[in-house]
Amino acid sequence: MSDILLANVDQLAAEVPDGARLAVFKAEGGCAAMAATAALIRRGARDLHLVTVPTSGLQADMLIGAGCVATVETSGVTLSEYGQAPCFGRAVKAGTIRVIDSTCPAVYAGLQAGEKGIPFMLLRGLIGSDIVRHRDDYRVIDNPFAADDPIVALPAIVPDIALFHAPLADRFGNVWIGRHAELKVMAHAARKTLVTCERLYDGNLQQDETLAPATIPEMYIGGVAVAERGAAPYGVTGLYDDDADRFAAYAGMAKTGEGFAAWLDEAVYGRAPAVAAE
Amino acid sequence: MAGDYTLEELLIATVADLLQGCGHIAVGVSSPIPGSAALLRRHRDREAGGRTRVSIIGTTIPEFRTDGGVDLFDSAGQGRVDAFFLSGGQIDGRANINLVGVGDGYPQQKVRWSGSFGSAYLYFMVPKVILFRLEHSRRTMVESVDFISAPGVSPPNVHRPGGPYALVTDLCLFRFDRERARFALASVHPGHTLEEVRDNTGFDFDVPEAVTETAAPDGQTLSILRETVAPVIADPYPKFARRVWGVSAAA
Repeated sequence: MSDILLANVDQLAAEVPDGARLAVFKAEGGCAAMAATAALIRRGARDLHLVTVPTSGLQADMLIGAGCVATVETSGVTLSEYGQAPCFGRAVKAGTIRVIDSTCPAVYAGLQAGEKGIPFMLLRGLIGSDIVRHRDDYRVIDNPFAADDPIVALPAIVPDIALFHAPLADRFGNVWIGRHAELKVMAHAARKTLVTCERLYDGNLQQDETLAPATIPEMYIGGVAVAERGAAPYGVTGLYDDDADRFAAYAGMAKTGEGFAAWLDEAVYGRAPAVAAE
Repeated sequence: MAGDYTLEELLIATVADLLQGCGHIAVGVSSPIPGSAALLRRHRDREAGGRTRVSIIGTTIPEFRTDGGVDLFDSAGQGRVDAFFLSGGQIDGRANINLVGVGDGYPQQKVRWSGSFGSAYLYFMVPKVILFRLEHSRRTMVESVDFISAPGVSPPNVHRPGGPYALVTDLCLFRFDRERARFALASVHPGHTLEEVRDNTGFDFDVPEAVTETAAPDGQTLSILRETVAPVIADPYPKFARRVWGVSAAA
C-alpha cells in the first residue's frame, strides 16, 4: 500500500546505515525490538553509536557482543535479575567500545531538546557526580534568572535512527504505543524512526478516538515491519511473558566469547546448536 | 536468626517504618524488599484512611501513572515523589554511591557494573532516599567509592531538596546526618553485634552510648506480609515471592 510498510525485519535492518547514531528503547514493557536486533546482526552492522533510552539489556549486549557497536551512550546495561550484561562488561574492560555514562533523566532531557529543535536542555541534580566530570559535552552554567544557582546544560540528542517494537501499527505507518509515552519523545527527536509491530491494525489509528492519543503519527515514522513475537525473549505487556529460560541460557552462554558465538548461531542465524549449552 | 520470621521480613518491616509519612513511594527495578516495604506501608496507611501511592518502575504496579518514564523524573523534579531507594556496588561514609565499576582507570576499570540509572538525579530530588544493600562487607561499605554515580551531599548553593536518609543492610540500620555528611548507627539486627558491624564496614560512623536492637516484626505485620503483600509483589518479583513466602502471583 505504501513504501512505509516493509516486507520483513531484514528490510528494516537495511535502513540502518553503519555508523548511525541509533536509539534503542529499554527492555521493560516489550518495546525492545529484538527480532530487528537479530536482523541488524545478520546484516553485519558496524560502528553504531548506540543511545539506550534510557537503559538497555539483552539488545545492547547482543549488538556489542556481535561487534556492531563502536560507542554506547547509556544510563545502564543490565540483564536485571539474570545478572550483569556480559558482553558489555567485557567490551568496556577491554576498551573495544567507547562508553559514555549518562543518567536516565539526562537521556530523556537530551531527547526533549532534540524534539524541540533547541541546542540543549537544563537538568537539576548531577552536579558533583563523576558522570559530569567525565562528560566533556555537559556544562555547568549559572541560572540566568537567579543568583548563585548552578545547573547542568545537556546537549540535544538527535538520533539518526530510533528503533523500537510496538503492539500495533497501521498500513499508513501510524504506531500505537500504549502507555509507553517516552517512545513519542524518542521518535520526535530522531531523524527517522523504524518500528516492528506484533500485528497490523485494520484501519487508520489516527481516526480512532480511543487509540489516537497513544499513537505516534506516520509523519515521524520511516518504516514499519510486522514481527510477531518481535520483542522475544522479552515479553510484551498483555500479550506474552518474558522467556525466563532463554534469559538464563543467555546469561550462562554469553559468559564466554565461544558461548556467545554459539548463542548467535542459534538465536540469530537459526542454526542448530553445534555444542550443547552449558 | 531468632524467632519465627525471616531476614527479608525483618528488613521489609524496618524499611516500612522508615517510610512513615511518605505519600508517594517510588521503587526502582530489581528491588523486591523495598518494593514489599512500600506495599506494607501503603497497606497500613490505607487502613488508617491514607492515600499512599506506590510506583514500582518497570512493572504494572504504578497503576496511576500512564505517561511513561519522563513523567516519573519530571514529577520528582517538582517534589511529587517523597521516597525512593538506591543501592550501590560501593557505598562510602559520605553516602556517595557507585553503580559504575571498581578500580582506577575509568572507563576501563577492572570490574564494570551496569551504570548509574537515575541515581544522579533522584538522589538530589527525592526528600527521603533510603540506601539498601544486602551485602554488608568491606567490599561494599568502603571509605571512598571508586566512581561517584551520585554524591551523598552537595555544596549549599546546589539545589538539593533531597538526599540520603538511612542505610539498611543485612546487619544493621544507619541514619545519615546531612549536615555532618556522616552515618550514625541506629540499630543492629537481632543475632548480630556492633563488633560485627565495625569489622565489616570500611568507613567511620557514629555509635550511640547504648546500641539498640532492630525491632522484630510483630504477628500482625507478618500476617499482612504473608497474606496481602506477598501475592502482589509476586507479580514483578515471582522468584522472590516464591523463595520467601512460597507464593505465586494473584490471578
